[in-house]
Amino acid sequence: MDETPASLRWIGLALLALLLALPSLATLAGDPAWVSLATRMLIYALAAVSLDIILGYGGLACFGHAAFYGIGGYTVAILYRHWQTSEPLFGVIPGSTQFLVVIPAAMLAGGVLAAAIGALSLRTAGVQFLMITLAFAQMLFFLFSSLSQYGGNDGMTVRRRNEFPGLDLRDDTVFYYLVLAILLAALFVAHRLVGSRFGRVLGGIRQNERRMAAIGVQSYRYKLAAFVIAGMGGALAGALMVNQARFVSPDMLFWTKSGEMMIMVILGGAGTLIGPVIGAITLTGLEDLLGRIPGWGEHKLFAIGLLLVLVVLFGRGGLYGWLRRRLR
Amino acid sequence: MLNLAVEQALNGLQLGVMLFLLAAGLTLIFGIMGVINIAHGSLYMVGAFLTAYTVAKTGSFLLALLAGLAGAAVAGMAMETLIMRRLYARDHLDQVLATFGVSLCMNEIFSLLFGQRPLYVSIPPLLDGSIEVVPGVPYPIYRLAIVAVGLMVALGLYLLISHTRIGMLVRAGSTHRDMVRALGVDIRSLYTAVFGLGALLAGLAGLMAGPVYTVQVGMGEQILILTFVVVVIGGLGSIRGAFLAAMVVGLVDTALRAVVPPWLKTFMEASAADALGGGLSSLGVYLLMALVLLVKPRGLLPAHG
Amino acid sequence: MATPLLRAIDLVKSFGGLRATDHLSLDVTEGEVHALIGPNGAGKTTAVGQLIGEIRPDAGQIEFAGEDISRLPPPTRVRRGLARSFQISQLLQDYTALDNVALAVQAREGHSFRFWGAVRRDARLRRAAMAHLEETGLAALADQRTADLSHGQQKQLELAIALATKPRLMLLDEPMAGLGPTETQAMTALLRALKGRIAMLLIEHDMETVFALADRVTVLVSGRSIACGPPAAIRDDAAVRQAYLGDGDA
Repeated sequence: MDETPASLRWIGLALLALLLALPSLATLAGDPAWVSLATRMLIYALAAVSLDIILGYGGLACFGHAAFYGIGGYTVAILYRHWQTSEPLFGVIPGSTQFLVVIPAAMLAGGVLAAAIGALSLRTAGVQFLMITLAFAQMLFFLFSSLSQYGGNDGMTVRRRNEFPGLDLRDDTVFYYLVLAILLAALFVAHRLVGSRFGRVLGGIRQNERRMAAIGVQSYRYKLAAFVIAGMGGALAGALMVNQARFVSPDMLFWTKSGEMMIMVILGGAGTLIGPVIGAITLTGLEDLLGRIPGWGEHKLFAIGLLLVLVVLFGRGGLYGWLRRRLR
Repeated sequence: MLNLAVEQALNGLQLGVMLFLLAAGLTLIFGIMGVINIAHGSLYMVGAFLTAYTVAKTGSFLLALLAGLAGAAVAGMAMETLIMRRLYARDHLDQVLATFGVSLCMNEIFSLLFGQRPLYVSIPPLLDGSIEVVPGVPYPIYRLAIVAVGLMVALGLYLLISHTRIGMLVRAGSTHRDMVRALGVDIRSLYTAVFGLGALLAGLAGLMAGPVYTVQVGMGEQILILTFVVVVIGGLGSIRGAFLAAMVVGLVDTALRAVVPPWLKTFMEASAADALGGGLSSLGVYLLMALVLLVKPRGLLPAHG
Repeated sequence: MATPLLRAIDLVKSFGGLRATDHLSLDVTEGEVHALIGPNGAGKTTAVGQLIGEIRPDAGQIEFAGEDISRLPPPTRVRRGLARSFQISQLLQDYTALDNVALAVQAREGHSFRFWGAVRRDARLRRAAMAHLEETGLAALADQRTADLSHGQQKQLELAIALATKPRLMLLDEPMAGLGPTETQAMTALLRALKGRIAMLLIEHDMETVFALADRVTVLVSGRSIACGPPAAIRDDAAVRQAYLGDGDA
């Protein structure tokens, strides 16, 4: 849409170089915890980018992205549990720990869930849409909280990461690079998507749905398709996060998680692909930093909340928008 | 069996009344200003905490009542003047995010001030004890009082909306804001007042909740999401719809909680049945919402048109 | 006489107690320019809303090309060849003029569930869109952001988009509203060039335009059609003069 200033491209390349070199830097600094923090950042970036497809590009205020993120996570955990006990899920679906089976399964689950939630919630718009997506996500939170065979309220541990032929994902560095590769691939796919015929229609719907009807476009189908794509992306992120943390809990589905993902998108810059990545890295990093302040760590959400209010009131276009204005 | 049904129906009514107080404020504010307030649950929390705290410090329920109501109303009006006022012209996403930020801040402020542990409030002596609503069914007077207060508020709101200028605005809807301006109504103070009224209702629900539910940080969000369900089912911006939906949601939720776990126990182990039953019964109202959306996407009693 | 292209039969629509459309019947034949005029509040906008499908009539039927379209949603009507332009322009403000038209071309070509190829490098699509911009005199402004166009240019763009849907009939809702004298002339010339090729239902306040372009004129007062006929007859109709034109030239 707009030209990207050349200096910004350089910053992007520098960021990419930094991400590529990060595990080595962590080793040099003697702090391997960096790698897992960075992995979390990238996974949240993936979740935020997928949310931005509907939120930023489609203009649909969805407050339930955690539903897809959580369902992706639970797919990994549930398939692991059934693999461990050798009892098929619902008596037919065998468990698995194969990355190339589990991840597509998670995305499928996210897509199906998004189709169901979207089909209902997209019958409304605006504030109703927002409240409905929030409510359905919360419904899943209650559902998974009550499933005691999968840990109920407390969640459950997934003792091992999924297996990828030829890669040792137990190694944090290998897993980090895999996540980085997936994020870059997702960004490329999203880039093609928003520039395609479909992406144009989606952008048109955001700007003026009445106009779209007047050129013969039935918005509902396109919004639903975008919602399903976003749901699959969210589920992918959730599945990766459970692999990273080796743990799943209903917290992944809690409404504040949806809120956090929205903050990432808005903080970084909605309606762009790089914005949500910047937002996710910034917010995750900030939470990590604030969490280290002795005595105040547990109240870090105060700072996050305040930041959010300020960004909404005064920061148009988020960090990415600010960067672009500075560099122009 | 019948006794149980009567008791559960009253419980459902009581939950319904609480939900109505919250939903009415939310939908009133949306109906007039066109904004959505995620921090509405925080105002409920303000009412609950200030009441609980004042009772603990002074022992006076009357003072506590005033503190809870005034605190919530003042918090609401402060929120309106400091933040919401800048957001009326923005899209809903901005409103949601800013008020979400406010609710995060409020939660942390309250957990700093009052700690993470829940506060308990005793029932005022005047309303302590039970009476037999039907022979053989004793029911707590306090809960009956909640229902009575809620119904009185509902009546008051009905009169307000059908007989006053504010009511006319609600009926006209937020799309007619320019018309309102043309009538020469001081829109700024009107908005602040409406926000204060919504906050007052939330605070009232919060202060009454004290002795029944636990007073703790996060209590607002829990009930807020259920309130959203009520508002969606009833029809956004419609007070009548909010009342109807609140009662339905209150009764359905209570009924499921009474019926599902015992039923599961007939073929499951007790603790697992309790957990699963709790979860499944909380799904009920969401499925009800889904059903309403399928049949009437704009809610049962939509506000305009 | 051949079957009319668009035919509204006995439409009724009330809002509360107010009857905005009162047993309105109206038709537009192939290639005809039919003007719908009437004082403010006569129910012109409500009538257009029903023809395009944004408002559901309480009673009555709408036929297009011999088929009942009363229950079809707006997008389906558009794809059957019933385009419309808006009185207050409803353009995609973040997109360029060319993008706006290209999207309409894209929509005409079928579904847009194509997720991969870059639209902006689709030369054929852009050529087709450009042709419509040239037709409406906007070619030089193709790459301007729509939000930066003047009011008159936006009105022209509205028309270009409507044309891009390849309509058989266009509902033009006050295409001259807010235009200056030169712009009005240009728009009139544009519509005259299209006359005969595409049927038009023209809702317009500017009487000069109406009498210059229309083959037939229907006069709407309080939701009812009080007269329908060629411009000259309408100009001389006593009832119309009294109800509508009376104030100016009596």
